[in-house]
Amino acid sequence: MVDLLQRFGRGWIGAFERFGRATLFLLQVIIGLPSLFGRGFLLVKQLYSTGVMTLLIILVSGLFVGMVLALQGYNSLVRFSAEEALGQFVALVLFRELAPVLTALLFAGRAGSAMTSEIGLMKATEQLAGLEMMAVDPYKRVYAPRLLAAFIAVPALTAMFGAVAILGGHLVGVEMLGVDAGAYWSQMQSEVSFRHDVLSGMLKALVFGFVICWIAIFEGADCIPTSEGVSSATTRTVVYSSLAVLGLDFVLTALMF
Amino acid sequence: MSNVITLDENAESLVKIRDLHFQRGSKQIFRGIEMDLPRGQITTIMGPSGTGKTTLLKLIGGQLKPAKGSIEVDGQNVPKLSRSALYALRKRMGMLFQSGALLTDLTVFDNVAFPVREHTDLPESLVRHLVLMRLHAVGLRGARDLYPAELSGGMARRVALARALILDPTMIMYDEPFTGQDPISMGVLLDLIKTVNSALGLTSIIVSHDLHESMSISDYVVIVSDGVVVEAGTPEALRASESPWVQQFLQGKSDGPVPFQLEAPDYRDDLLGAKHG
Ligand SMILES: Nc1ncnc2c1ncn2[C@@H]1O[C@H](COP(=O)(O)OP(=O)(O)O)[C@@H](O)[C@H]1O
Ligand SMILES: [Mg+2]
Repeated sequence: MVDLLQRFGRGWIGAFERFGRATLFLLQVIIGLPSLFGRGFLLVKQLYSTGVMTLLIILVSGLFVGMVLALQGYNSLVRFSAEEALGQFVALVLFRELAPVLTALLFAGRAGSAMTSEIGLMKATEQLAGLEMMAVDPYKRVYAPRLLAAFIAVPALTAMFGAVAILGGHLVGVEMLGVDAGAYWSQMQSEVSFRHDVLSGMLKALVFGFVICWIAIFEGADCIPTSEGVSSATTRTVVYSSLAVLGLDFVLTALMF
Repeated sequence: MSNVITLDENAESLVKIRDLHFQRGSKQIFRGIEMDLPRGQITTIMGPSGTGKTTLLKLIGGQLKPAKGSIEVDGQNVPKLSRSALYALRKRMGMLFQSGALLTDLTVFDNVAFPVREHTDLPESLVRHLVLMRLHAVGLRGARDLYPAELSGGMARRVALARALILDPTMIMYDEPFTGQDPISMGVLLDLIKTVNSALGLTSIIVSHDLHESMSISDYVVIVSDGVVVEAGTPEALRASESPWVQQFLQGKSDGPVPFQLEAPDYRDDLLGAKHG
C-alpha cells in the first residue's frame, strides 16, 4: 500500500519535473526566435518540410470531411425542410471545430512525429552535440525555426482545410443532392461571422500549432538517445499532442463561444 | 596517490585540469583528476572503455559541468564561463566525435562550409576556396557532393576532421579516432593527425583505447583509470614504467590490478541462482 502510494507520488513528481523542464526549454526556444531575423532560409526550409509536406493529406481529408458533413447535414436538415441552411451548417461546424481540430491532429501525426524523430536522431547521432561544439546554438538553429514554422503552418493549413471542405460540401450538397447553389453560398455568407467564427477558429489553430510543436521538439530534444528512446518519444509526441489538442479545444471553446 | 603531473618546466600547457570531480547518477566517474596538456603537441588520454574518456572531452568542451574542480583552457576556466564566452572559446576548439556527427541533411561540401557560414560573412567564393582546401587536405575533394549516408566510416571521420579544422582552431579533440578503421584508413588517419598538428600548429588531444596507434604518434600520454590519473609521461617513459597497472595496460593482460570483470556477485552463487539484494 505504502509502496503503491510512493510509486504514485513519484510518478507525479516526475511528471511535474518534466513539465518544468519543458517550460524552461520553451523559454529558451522563444529567446532564440529573434535570431531568425535575417536568416529566413531556415524558416522557409521548415515551412516546406512541415507545411508543404502536410498539405496533400490536409486537402484530401478536408475534401472528404466536407462531403460527409454535407451528407449528414442534409439528411437531418431535410426532415425540417431546412436544407437551404446546409451551407451555414457546414461552414460553422468547420470553422469553429472541425477544421482546427482535425488539421491539428493530422499535423501532429504527420509533421509532429517527424519533428520528434528527426531531432531525436540528431541527438542520438551526436549531431546536436556537434552543433554545440561548433559554437552553434541548437535552440536558435534547430528548434526556433521549427516552432515558428508550425505557428505559421497550422493556421494556414486550417484555412485550406476549411476551404476545401466547403467545396466538398458544395460538391455533395449542391451537385449531388440538389440543394440550391445560391442558398448554399448566401446562407453561409450571411450567417457566418468572420470575427466570431472564422477568427476564433484561427486562434484555436494558432494555439494548437504552438503546443504541438512545443511537445514535438521537446520530446525530440529530451529523448533517450537510442533507437527505442527515439521511437517511444515519437509515440509520446503523437499521444500527448492529440490529447492536448482535444483538451485545449474544450477549454478554448468554453472561453470563446 | 599524487596525481599532479607536471611536464618539463618550460613547456607551456594549454589545458589544465585540477581536482576534477564528476558523477553520473550514483556512479562517480572522476574523483580528483588532475592533468596538464602541453601546447602544440599531441597528447593521448588512454584508459579502459567506460572510464569516462568521452565524458572528459565533453567536460573540456563545456558540454557537461563538473561537480567540483577547474578545467582551464588557454587560461579560461570552462565551467565558470558565460554562455557567450563559452561559445567564443568553442570556435577555437575543434572536436571530432566518435561517429563524425556530420549533419545528415547537408552534403559533404556544405557540412565543411557550415561553421564558416554560421560564424562569418565571407563571400561564397572564399568559402568555396577554404572548403576545397580543407577537403583536399583530407583527400576528399572528390566527395564534395556526396551526402554523409554515402560515406564510409573512415571517410565520414575525415570529412569531420576537415570541418573541425575549417575555422583554424587552436586545439582539436579526437574521440576514439581509430576504432573501426581498416589498416589503410588507419595509416591515412595517423598521418593526417600528425601532419595537421605540425602544419597548423595545433594542440591535439586524442582519447583512445588503441594502444599502439596512439603511442606511435603521441608526444605525451596520460593513462586514466577508476576516476584518477594513474600515470602520465612520454611514451618512452611509460614503456619503462615499473607500475604493474601500466604494464598490464600496455601488454593487454586481462588480469592484474584492473579486473576484467565488472563488480558482480559471486560467480558460483550467481549461477546457482542464490538470492541476493
Ligand atoms: N548520458 C549518460 N547518462 C548516464 N551515464 C552515462 C552517460 N554517458 C555515459 N555514461 C556512463 O559514464 C561512464 C563513462 O562513459 P564514457 O565517457 O562514454 O566512457 P569512455 O568514453 O571512456 O568509454 C560509463 O560508465 C557510462 O555508462
Ligand atoms: Mg567513449
